[in-house]
Amino acid sequence: MTSMTDSSADGSPLARKTLETGNLTFHWDKQQAPLAYPDIDLPVGEHLFLQGPSGSGKSTLMSLIGGLILPSAGTLRVLDADLSTLSGGQRDRFRAEHMGVIFQQFNLVPYLNPLDNVLLPCRLSPKRRSRAQPSPEEQAKSLLNALGIADEHWRRPVTRLSVGQQQRVAAARALIGTPELILADEPTSALDTDNRDRFIELLLQLAAKQQSSVVFVSHDQSLAGRFDHRIALEATR
Amino acid sequence: MNLRLTFSLAMASLWHRRNVLALVTLTLMLSITLLLGIQYLRTEVKQSFTSTISDTDLIVGARSGQLNLLMYTVFHIGNATNNIRWRTYQDLKDDSRIGWMVPISLGDSYRGHRVVGTSEQFPEFFRYGQGQAPELSTGAWFSDIFEVVLGSEVARTHRHATGDRITLSHGGGRTSFSNHDDLPFTVSGVLAPTGTPVDQAVYVSLEGLEAIHIGWESGVAIPGRTVSAEQARKRDLTPAAITAVLMGMDRQIQTFQVQREINQYSGEPLSAILPGVALSELWRLMGQFEKALLGITVFVVITSLIGLAAVLLTLQVQRRQEVAILRAAGASPLLIAMLYVIECVILSLVACGLALFVGAAAIAGLSPWLLDTWGVQITLRPLNSTEWLVIAAVPVAALLVSLIPALRAWQGSRKQGLSHANPQ
Repeated sequence: MTSMTDSSADGSPLARKTLETGNLTFHWDKQQAPLAYPDIDLPVGEHLFLQGPSGSGKSTLMSLIGGLILPSAGTLRVLDADLSTLSGGQRDRFRAEHMGVIFQQFNLVPYLNPLDNVLLPCRLSPKRRSRAQPSPEEQAKSLLNALGIADEHWRRPVTRLSVGQQQRVAAARALIGTPELILADEPTSALDTDNRDRFIELLLQLAAKQQSSVVFVSHDQSLAGRFDHRIALEATR
Repeated sequence: MNLRLTFSLAMASLWHRRNVLALVTLTLMLSITLLLGIQYLRTEVKQSFTSTISDTDLIVGARSGQLNLLMYTVFHIGNATNNIRWRTYQDLKDDSRIGWMVPISLGDSYRGHRVVGTSEQFPEFFRYGQGQAPELSTGAWFSDIFEVVLGSEVARTHRHATGDRITLSHGGGRTSFSNHDDLPFTVSGVLAPTGTPVDQAVYVSLEGLEAIHIGWESGVAIPGRTVSAEQARKRDLTPAAITAVLMGMDRQIQTFQVQREINQYSGEPLSAILPGVALSELWRLMGQFEKALLGITVFVVITSLIGLAAVLLTLQVQRRQEVAILRAAGASPLLIAMLYVIECVILSLVACGLALFVGAAAIAGLSPWLLDTWGVQITLRPLNSTEWLVIAAVPVAALLVSLIPALRAWQGSRKQGLSHANPQ
């Protein structure tokens, strides 16, 4: 673990930027035109709205930020760490310690109950566990409560939850252990308008409370107003 | 990598997919039971086989190969090449080095079961297993020349009890046209099951055999020359010849010396064999067959393991979402691969455990029936080291087989992006 990846929670130097990119490009294979991204500059604790039509590389950008794939060219700094200098294992650990991820749907491990799904990051990363105050279980329960998941659902099979409930459990999992960055890849596209607004409201509110930045991907322009920063990606084709 | 987490995830995942996996585990369990059962029976049958005769130092018969002599004296299969003269028997009796002798006379049958003519020395000296004597379940050994003792299997098949009157047939075979029906025998006793060819045999006295063959010198009954029971009793019923002799030495060290002398006996050509040596030679011949059988079962186990891997591979498609979630939460590709390895090994361990249980239950449940119907004595005993090795090989093989889905998952999760819909 390099010192620059450490965060304020354990007294190490504070990261100045959540996300910083320059001339970032990526291509899945040599035949295709590379995806080129506009430069991003996201200060700590602020939220970013990424909008763009399908095929514009939104999900690819999320994979890049998450450290699952490496950029073809350009710089990518997450919490002041240059991900391309880290090994695969280091990037996995970096992601476990500093990021929470919410997908479009099917967010939950089918064989774990909602509470265990929320606790998963704490079991994968000791750092996340130590930052989950007062204890991982307590924080998981208070997050689930805050997100409106009644305690009778906590130990039921996740398949019994509605899609809206599943997305809120996923949000609790992303928020547990106060990661600095939350990546949300179209988390509301499977929800109706009421559920969608309530979801974004809760997510941003809880993220702000623990000083986490949210990078929110959506094709729905109407959500953009709630975010400090907005970037529109263009279709490459 | 967090092994405890991986293990608990693997357990939860197995439980989640228990319906599909129960079937493959069942297949694997059955094939392991088969493998273990055959390995177990091999040892047990060999044990049962080599314990058909014990405490007998030499078997003496007319000059022939040792397997032939063993087959007709001990297993009652095949026929003697020739007889031994009664004088020779008397001669051997005078030898002070020989502790005891049991004469055996073969040739007749009762409904397909061999009739063994012998003397009162048989129950006294014949031993099987670990020196066990054949015991009577009902009645007593023959004391009259027209009395007969039945092996347990003979009595069971034909529902005979003591006091029944039976007619012996001349020669072997299930259906004989020449019966000794003028001189019927009375069942004086029935033997307890031994798990040896004794169960299939009928024991009468040498004198009884001699009596029913008066007038049969040419092979068939000549009218007018046969006798009634009363007439027979008045005759000298000392046999002219017997088929073989079982003998025990006073001092076992003299066995080889006596064997050599009998083989060079000047009165008539004789063969003396060591039953233990002949039995192991016979087992070597039969061993090839059971080795082939074991080989086939090994392949059955391998087939079910490959089936298990195929099912795990098929399930992999359904697990993309789950893998994406775990990866997004920071799980390494190694953890994903280990999930498959651990799941596969746990399944094989469960199958092994079930196989042990089912196998033990089957042996415990079937052994009385096997002894009754087939005369094979199978007892429940702790597994020996070879059998433990066989059962330990299964999880190891499962580990190797699991590397196929594990490597695929490892590669796939390294390439996969953040979302489960792979952009490629």
